[in-house]
Amino acid sequence: MMRVLIIEDDREIAAYLAKGLREHGYTVDQAADGKSGLFLATSEDYDVMIVDRMLPELDGLSIVRSMRSADNTTPVLVLSAMGEVVDRVAGLRAGGDDYLTKPFAFSELLARIEALVRRTIASAVTETELRVGDLELDLLARMAKRAGRVIELQPREFRLLEYMMRNAGQVVTRTMLLEHVWDYHFDPQTNVIDVHISRLRSKIDKDFGSPLLHTVRGAGYKINETR
Amino acid sequence: MKPANLLATSTFRLSLLYMVLFATSVLILLGFIYWSTVAFMANQTDATIEAEILGLAEQYRERGLNGLVSTIKERVARDPDSSSVYLFASSNYAPLAGNLSAWPDVDLLPDGWLNFQFEDSGTEGRTLHARARPFVLDGGLHLLVGRDTRELRATQQLIIRALSWGIAITLALALLGGIVMSRGILRRIGQINQTSREIMGGDLSQRVPTSNNSDDFDQLADNLNAMLDEIERLMAGIRHVSDNIAHDLRTPLTRLRHRLDGLQISLADNSPLQEELQRSISDTDQLLSTFTALLRIARIEAGGAPANLVQVDLGALLHDARELYEAVAEEKGLRFILQIKDPAYVSGNRDLLFQAIANLLDNAIKYTPAGGQVVISLKRENNIPVLMVSDTGPGIPAEEREQVLQRFYRLEPSRTTSGSGLGLSLVSAIASYHQATLSLEDNRPGLQVTLRFEGPTEQQG
Repeated sequence: MMRVLIIEDDREIAAYLAKGLREHGYTVDQAADGKSGLFLATSEDYDVMIVDRMLPELDGLSIVRSMRSADNTTPVLVLSAMGEVVDRVAGLRAGGDDYLTKPFAFSELLARIEALVRRTIASAVTETELRVGDLELDLLARMAKRAGRVIELQPREFRLLEYMMRNAGQVVTRTMLLEHVWDYHFDPQTNVIDVHISRLRSKIDKDFGSPLLHTVRGAGYKINETR
Repeated sequence: MKPANLLATSTFRLSLLYMVLFATSVLILLGFIYWSTVAFMANQTDATIEAEILGLAEQYRERGLNGLVSTIKERVARDPDSSSVYLFASSNYAPLAGNLSAWPDVDLLPDGWLNFQFEDSGTEGRTLHARARPFVLDGGLHLLVGRDTRELRATQQLIIRALSWGIAITLALALLGGIVMSRGILRRIGQINQTSREIMGGDLSQRVPTSNNSDDFDQLADNLNAMLDEIERLMAGIRHVSDNIAHDLRTPLTRLRHRLDGLQISLADNSPLQEELQRSISDTDQLLSTFTALLRIARIEAGGAPANLVQVDLGALLHDARELYEAVAEEKGLRFILQIKDPAYVSGNRDLLFQAIANLLDNAIKYTPAGGQVVISLKRENNIPVLMVSDTGPGIPAEEREQVLQRFYRLEPSRTTSGSGLGLSLVSAIASYHQATLSLEDNRPGLQVTLRFEGPTEQQG
């Protein structure tokens, strides 16, 4: 059971997050101000934290900074008010692991939380090969194979597939892909990602029986073995 | 301060004007002194000659021709270096006595005088100038009495030289004074200009420095500073109000979005309400993204000190943009061309710059019909990075190019297509944040958008 701490002063948003996360199997603790949030963060053991930037008593970035200086490495997702690229950089610099601007779709938050949790687990082992069903990705030889057949991929397609496979079974959102595969944080007015996904799909799924790359409506994409 | 700048200042021009006026007065004054001195000296010479003539006339009356000749000889012998000139000549002008070797070959002046040159019989045989009066005596004999005017001329030259120096020194002093004065004033004005530019660059906290001696420049600086305080106060007020509005609207909007989200999750997937709900969520998202874009533009325009600036490799940025957008363009049947002629780096915010390029590409791809092409290019002109995005779409009529940069302005045909109408405003805000100029031109056919990074740039990354 994953434990998550939400430090958020807007009670309605906090309740909505807590409800959603509980439905997805998380154990949720809540704090409504910075001081009690930091107390919980340092006295309890959490798998992941959601911290609002603007908090009474002690702001979110200060909490993260205090935690990091005390060698607490719990992954933190920082929430902030309306979009500011500069804010995002400051949030990541303070030691936040990911950054999400309000308002967000719950699916976006959930995808990012799960990615953070998985990253902590996965970082313990250095993988050289990723596998989803009969799709194999050799990270050393930079080669993709499905059912033993080599699939030619462009470097960016390889990174896209690698990121999807590292988060296999989890939803990854379009903004997560832009941030991690293209390394840019911006708002595209068109769905540029969709074209890349459909090209990747035609390479890894088209000539094979069961599709691995799925579109999750209203959220993003997911790679997993079809049940 | 460069000389060209100095010449362009009003202070320097004013001091030049004063210099000319002053020099003219000095010239008139000294000219008058010269004229009266020279006239006085000439009169003196003439008076001396007249006195000599009177003396000689007396000798002539009392002792006749012989007395006159002996007096002349006596006078020449007594003082060979005298400046007096005498010549006693026969009726055909052959010299009989005196210190001139020949009768001067010049015409008589209307006033009865002769001005002539002669060879000095003495030391070096110099050419001397003289002024004399001729007389005709009994029996057709000629007499010439005069003085050489070398002293008079020397004095004239001395005065002219002194006057020239006087004028030259006056001009030099006036010029020097003008430069010193203009520099002093220029420095003060330069400070005011520098501060104004920094403020226009977005740093409203700057103030004009004062020198604490309460002169009129300090008063100007104080007034400007008071004005700036007022502007800063007003802007802080506006920002405060818009932040409040943003906060007040954001919270309910966010809750609305979250509630719809929650509703969608709890509703069965096959519920007939799902589609309606999805539309509500899309509308809310549209509202929120417009709102976010507005706030972002406001924040970027309000500027403040640009934070987190790094050296951004524009070439790499364009390569990434090509990689991201080429596929979309191809799906639409467009040719996507990337031309990087020169490497270029600008100091800025990487995500914002990419956002600007993405917005331009989004537009170019959206408005260009199939079979057209989209070109992104990078070059350096006079060391200024120039980034261009051009398409072969319908373009923008010349009279509307200014307006499309304003918020919510949309061309008539595009009103029906999706989009917030904020894309180009955001590009414009990002451009000015990076001290770049944004211009829209006719690509014949199509639109060509140019970003010139005229702000501080690095030669290499």
